[in-house]
Amino acid sequence: MAVTDYQRIVTVTQAKPALAEKLRRIWETPAGFGGWISTVDHKQIGIRYIITAFAFLIAGGVEALVFRLQLAGPNLHLLTPEQYDQLFTMHGMTMIFLYAGPVLSGFSNYLWPLLLGARDMALPRLNALSYWIYLCAGIFLYIAFAFGFGPNDGWFNYVPVAARAYDGGPNIDFYSLGMILLGLSTTVGSINFVVTFLRLRAPGMSINRVPILAWGTLTASAANIFAIPAVSLAFLLLWMDRNAGTHFFDVPTGGQPLLWQHLFWMFGHPWVYAIVLPAMGMVSDGLPVFCRRPLVGYTPVALATVATMVLGFGVWVHHMFATGLPSVSLSFFSAASIIIAVPSAVGVFAWIATIWHGRPVYRTPFLFFSSMILLFVIGGVSGFMTASVPVDWQLTDTYFVVAHIHYVLIGINVFSVVGGIYFWFPKFTGRMLDERLGKLNFWVMFIGFNLAFLPMHLTGLLGMPRRVYTYGAYGGWGPLNLITTLGSFLFAFGLLLLLVNVLKSRKSGDPAGANPWDAYSLEWAVPSPPPPYNFAVIPTVASRHPLWEGRLGEGGLVSTIDRGMLLTEGKQTIGTTAVDAVPDIVLQMAEDSYAPFWLATGTSILFVALLFKSMTVGIIGIVVAALALIAWLWPTAELREREPTGG
Amino acid sequence: MTAVVAPWCLFVLPAAAQANAPLSFLTGYGDRADPVVGLTWGVLLVSIAVTIAVTALLAVALWHRPGIRPSAPGAALEVQRTAGGLRWVWIGVGASSLILLLSVAWTMQVLAKVTSPATPPALTIEVTGRQWWWQIRYLSADPSRSFTTANEIHIPAGVPVLFRLVGGDVIHSFWVPALFGKTDVIPGQTNETWLQAHAPGVYQGQCTEYCGLQHARMGFLVIAQTPAAFEDWWTHQLQSPAPAISPEALAGRSSFNVHCGSCHAVRGTDAAGILGPDLSHLMTHRTLAAGVLPNDATDLTRWISDPQALKPGSMMPKPEVSAAELAQIHSYMDTLD
Amino acid sequence: MAEHAVGQPQDIPVGPTVSRGVGIWGMWTVIGSEGALFAYLLFSYFYLGAQGSQGWLLEPHPSLKYALPSTLIALFSCAFTWWGVRAVLSGRRANAVFAFSGALLLGIAFVGLEILDWQAKPYQLGTSSYASIYFVTTGLDLLHWLVGIGIFYFLILWTALGYFSARRSIVVMASALYWYFVTVIWLAIFVTFYISPYLGFGQWQ
Repeated sequence: MAVTDYQRIVTVTQAKPALAEKLRRIWETPAGFGGWISTVDHKQIGIRYIITAFAFLIAGGVEALVFRLQLAGPNLHLLTPEQYDQLFTMHGMTMIFLYAGPVLSGFSNYLWPLLLGARDMALPRLNALSYWIYLCAGIFLYIAFAFGFGPNDGWFNYVPVAARAYDGGPNIDFYSLGMILLGLSTTVGSINFVVTFLRLRAPGMSINRVPILAWGTLTASAANIFAIPAVSLAFLLLWMDRNAGTHFFDVPTGGQPLLWQHLFWMFGHPWVYAIVLPAMGMVSDGLPVFCRRPLVGYTPVALATVATMVLGFGVWVHHMFATGLPSVSLSFFSAASIIIAVPSAVGVFAWIATIWHGRPVYRTPFLFFSSMILLFVIGGVSGFMTASVPVDWQLTDTYFVVAHIHYVLIGINVFSVVGGIYFWFPKFTGRMLDERLGKLNFWVMFIGFNLAFLPMHLTGLLGMPRRVYTYGAYGGWGPLNLITTLGSFLFAFGLLLLLVNVLKSRKSGDPAGANPWDAYSLEWAVPSPPPPYNFAVIPTVASRHPLWEGRLGEGGLVSTIDRGMLLTEGKQTIGTTAVDAVPDIVLQMAEDSYAPFWLATGTSILFVALLFKSMTVGIIGIVVAALALIAWLWPTAELREREPTGG
Repeated sequence: MTAVVAPWCLFVLPAAAQANAPLSFLTGYGDRADPVVGLTWGVLLVSIAVTIAVTALLAVALWHRPGIRPSAPGAALEVQRTAGGLRWVWIGVGASSLILLLSVAWTMQVLAKVTSPATPPALTIEVTGRQWWWQIRYLSADPSRSFTTANEIHIPAGVPVLFRLVGGDVIHSFWVPALFGKTDVIPGQTNETWLQAHAPGVYQGQCTEYCGLQHARMGFLVIAQTPAAFEDWWTHQLQSPAPAISPEALAGRSSFNVHCGSCHAVRGTDAAGILGPDLSHLMTHRTLAAGVLPNDATDLTRWISDPQALKPGSMMPKPEVSAAELAQIHSYMDTLD
Repeated sequence: MAEHAVGQPQDIPVGPTVSRGVGIWGMWTVIGSEGALFAYLLFSYFYLGAQGSQGWLLEPHPSLKYALPSTLIALFSCAFTWWGVRAVLSGRRANAVFAFSGALLLGIAFVGLEILDWQAKPYQLGTSSYASIYFVTTGLDLLHWLVGIGIFYFLILWTALGYFSARRSIVVMASALYWYFVTVIWLAIFVTFYISPYLGFGQWQ
């Protein structure tokens, strides 16, 4: 339609083969380096996120394996304390910030438009920007490590030990600036998810028909928007204390060390829910496929997802129980931290009920999704134990907490993600992963993981403190640590098997077809891999399981996929209302653009300038970023941001 | 083998287990610890029971009906929705909520119980966390009865003892698992905790907040004694160590004052440094360097000849003395009873 | 094969209209994020003050000499912004340019007054935690005003070029929203740093 069109009735039509070619020409990113830099295709960005996150998973994993060797027995000398401190900090930082959040962003980025019946995410250039900044921040942080200046005071980086007086090198400056930069990525990514959820669902996909993965990511994203500023501020204040002579945290001039802990954990606690709720959503959407029935308790599960996150903002003090807070405060946060288990229970029982009332299909994704339930519960109960203040005063800062965090993070995030890879790899690539290798992969990971981390609960109960580069024989922890080390290597081998399976199956896996699992959601209605435009015509959705409607024998309206709105005047998709998904606007989507790349580059240059305190470099960064931003935001007629001609 | 046997020891032989795992808190040895040990076991057993229950449910859910074997990717498989699933959610959440609420109640009860001792504390000890050792000050209404020591805390058994935790450099955490949970030592504030040992014994302590390079080697001991023995110990601590007699020890004392006195103090001598641990009665201590080494002749020599080899990054530099001078210093230190 | 009724849309707009379009939601989420940042800054102020000892408050009675006029200027700039938006929506381009320019100039005046306030303070960034939180909070606020000034510079340019109309005005709405937000943030800062000491905060030791 011409750029002078303001209003129209959109044609509804049957999808035809000729349409595919026209849409492909409109939507496809050209091949080549330029296309690679400028693409805003959510599928390409999603894959990049997943691959980059896995690269960091491997890096963080290798760091852990190295220090597990040091901890395999008492009084070993493989690592100096300084080396150990950098390794354990890099491990935590990498896994929690550079792997756990981004990998879920990657899956959500790829899948959301397909799940929701849209042609792209709401803000395609913002999507590209979030990836480029993530990549820059990850490189920034790893350059520190490569030069021997890796962050070294733990991933939660308490002051005063992280202050200039006690950590004089650039390590913590790298960490502070890198985290602020990374926070920009996560924030803009979160903004994109929130807006997409509210405006880009297919007609008929009312709020009670949205896949749970979308609920999980939406909740995490909304939370991130409010939580990330706390940690960005904490790191800004720390960087200023270290470099600008301020006194936020140092005591003699009125600073408060606990201010760091409050700000950090006000972010940190919501963040740990943000890195598991989308994963739980993946299980809620994937498990029913392998139980051959819809999820039990969709509404309670969706509400529980939101409730967990909301409550998650009210429990941060449970990371600070030992800091000498008043009893009233301790009681409140302890009670809240115990009660937050209630919405988690909703999910666990919904999943068990779905399996119980379904018929299991023993394929690899199902093994990962169902085992996740058990690992979730183990992580959940150890968390429940630490929620009780008097008990936490013993458990906190011991290996018991390390066991807890690995059960929740690996159990909920990694197992769901690997299950998700087995589940969605056919959609991404058009090929199946090898099923026999997949089952072996599962058992090696499952056994390795439990061998490593189940005994760790006992190690903690026997009093082994966290973050120690070595330990004496007197503690009685030697044999348990050896078992943990062996288990961790076995688990790593399991991940290696995943890598082997992925690399092998990309070339020689069985062809998958559109719906190899006979699943029910919209992404399985399009070819594998999907065309760049996702849907030839806009689908209309009538239930939570569009592809199963006819077969459940429950009557009611049926979704339509091969007949729908024709939107082919440039890159277009339909915008719908937030609750009922009634079409109310034709959205003109952004084309591929170099602006996000240059904005990310300029911003990163600015951060490098801050690290080296170079005014010149800083000005270059600001200029590059400003020019990119102006080019990006300049209103264009094509995107209908302004009148077509000047006048 | 030990790893398999040890956990069972904890269930059956608390005393033996304590020897095996001195930082274990599955058994309590103090009045403040007792209610917490009960609660710890309570939530632990609930957790294990819940895990077993969920495993059982999952197992039955998986295997009570035969699974489906798809013939090939993309094959259509049966789909059906039977009723009754939601009941699981309500029953499961209901049961969980009940357990959780009871746990909240029990937690609040224990918290209230352990806040204050039954009788006012008999004694106040001021603990300052330093990188990477513990400064201990015994306070008394009579200033002549106050004194400073390091890394080894003696308390009278059977009475509550108040600890004032004074922040020094960075955040540390004061923890004696056998007697109670940990409390952080934070610069700019003074936290308080109290401990009460049932009976005389040696209780291991450890710093439990990452505090830099040698966080791993920042242990301490709490030694509970009968009140009489404790009084004797206090009196002894107030005295200056007996003056050195042998020429070796006298030479050592001069060397000590020159090379060590700027950081370490010895009562009644010219050594009055406050940067490092007070060494007045070092020979009565069981360990050296905050639990790094046992206190015997060989280890003392090893320590003072090269602290950086044993505790790299610690604040004690390698002393620039000849081997002969070192031996003299050692002889002097042997007199610090 | 029953089709869902909503699949057949009526006359619907193409591209963002006055306030319907993804861009406005984007601006709201940015406001959420930046608002949270200032909420945490104010939390830090109250925390440092509550934990602080006698004399933490370097200015028990902060001078309102610059802050009060700043607040009034901020409010007036919002009025100009509102006027500009109305002018765009009713097609009066010249009025819109004038109004937005007025808002811009008032914004520059605000920044100027803030800097004068800074220079008049008897303490610097590194004097104490009170000084640090004061300068960093007002400094970040100033940064947001400078961004707003930058936005309005382009807004005036684009309005003058005739880009916007009653139908195509989302850029105007989003920019105005940002400007109102920045004013609200200033009000929160004003009440916290300049008014709360008079109400007794930080003076109870």
